[in-house]
Amino acid sequence: MSPGFRTLLFKEVLRFWKVAFQTIAAPVLTTVLYLVVFSHALAGRVEAYPGVSYVQFLLVGLVMMAMLQNAFANSSSSIIQSKVTGNIVFILLAPMTHRDLFAAYLLASVVRAVAVGAGVLACVALFIPLPLPHPGWLLAFTAVGAGLLGVMGILAGIGSDKFDQLAAFQNFTVTPLTFLAGVFYSVATLPPAWQVFSYLNPFFYAVDGFRFAFFGQSDVSPWRSLAIATAALGALSFTALRLLARGTKLRH
Amino acid sequence: MGAAVEVRGARKRFGLVQALDGVDLRIDEGEFFALLGPNGAGKTTLISALGGLVRADAGELRIMGHDVVADPLQARRSVGIVPQEIVFDPFFTVRETLELQSGYFGLRRNGAWIDELLARLDLAGKARANMRSLSGGMKRRVMVAQALVHRPPVIVLDEPTAGVDVELRQALWEFVRELNAAGHTIVLTTHYLEEAQNLCSRIAMMKGGRVVALDTTRRLLDSFSERLLRVKLARGEVPAGLLPGNGPDTAGWHRIPVQNAAHVEEALGALRAAGLTVTHVEVAEPELEEVFVKIMAREPRAGAAP
Repeated sequence: MSPGFRTLLFKEVLRFWKVAFQTIAAPVLTTVLYLVVFSHALAGRVEAYPGVSYVQFLLVGLVMMAMLQNAFANSSSSIIQSKVTGNIVFILLAPMTHRDLFAAYLLASVVRAVAVGAGVLACVALFIPLPLPHPGWLLAFTAVGAGLLGVMGILAGIGSDKFDQLAAFQNFTVTPLTFLAGVFYSVATLPPAWQVFSYLNPFFYAVDGFRFAFFGQSDVSPWRSLAIATAALGALSFTALRLLARGTKLRH
Repeated sequence: MGAAVEVRGARKRFGLVQALDGVDLRIDEGEFFALLGPNGAGKTTLISALGGLVRADAGELRIMGHDVVADPLQARRSVGIVPQEIVFDPFFTVRETLELQSGYFGLRRNGAWIDELLARLDLAGKARANMRSLSGGMKRRVMVAQALVHRPPVIVLDEPTAGVDVELRQALWEFVRELNAAGHTIVLTTHYLEEAQNLCSRIAMMKGGRVVALDTTRRLLDSFSERLLRVKLARGEVPAGLLPGNGPDTAGWHRIPVQNAAHVEEALGALRAAGLTVTHVEVAEPELEEVFVKIMAREPRAGAAP
């Protein structure tokens, strides 16, 4: 890593921290509202897993969903803003490698995701008790899930030239994939055709593995989830690093 | 003296536009150098290629001996570029912007130099102001400071004085002159040709992606421009052959090329001897604008205003 990496990471964290009301407080509030509304509306549902209430099940899924969405929002909005306003030149003129840029944008996304996820849990921990038998899996799926969306944000930021292109990517890719990742239901309860669709969605494995950390139960093995989510993260990271190294849509 | 900037055979095409069409250029360490040309001549593309913002299709570009493609990090450490467009990050204050830029270069304790930059660029009072709240001229000065945080040996200013008022323009040039005197190589583009004439010892003129003139400012002025004695006469009747040219211009001035004071005496004497009365007299020094216009006119492709 070049010496500039640390500063770029710091700047990326400072950037969302300065507007924490929008970037942390707002998604925490939205997520808590989802939880209140859905848990009330669907309170009659049976336990998703033995010994796990629907509210507990939903909470953990919503925490991961908020982390995924905010990881994406962080890197994608930072890159598109600096491209549209043009101030990205001062980053491109600095002696930093494509790896520095990749790592700084990615890690800042993970930091924001963790801040939002921790914020949601802090708000509701008193009301909804959660066991945590496997904290190691919590860390692993937080890193891989937030990392995966952080990298998708980098790719979307590089690929978009305008805000509406980025919004389209978000609305037609990120949002459907997060809503269909088994946040609100156990995939095992779906008809077989929908199950297949869910198994093709890498976000599902992040949500499912994250639940295993809290309940010791999940739809698929956490090892399998970790392998698939990590493979997706690896493939997208490889692509993002190549684009950054070539300077695609950044260095003309 | 080593080369601060070396460009060999640089070519770059954007779609149908050949922005750089085989540029060769060498700028020595310590020079104060101007890169002039009409809009679209390729100046900004060349500067962007030196900074790694644009990748040349062919050719070689070096800054302080570092190839911008093979050794990009050293090349970028060696140059500070002030972009032409005003750009800023609205999340940060002036001081944060400069501290972050220092950090990108690995400079963690750069406070003293940042203070000096703020003072010299008349931004000290705005250090804690958000970038959004600054006027255009102030934003441009922050960009100058950003380009200088790492004290680069080569400083490239792409139209740094556009939109900056006269007083601050003078202060900026004084600062840049001092940096040049301290050994920094300065490369500037400007549409104010008198600035280039006063500041720069050597000038390259570009057109259509090529360097069409490259010489010292003195020699360019001597070869393409002349000192003129301009006179107005009390009566219009001038004997044929006494004055060159086609008579007076619309304001009534006759233009007589002169080399030195003796020529001025001689010309005025000839007018007196012909019984003519001179009512107004002035001597116009050679101007870079005239050189620019002549060089652009002799080049095949149509030129725009400087």
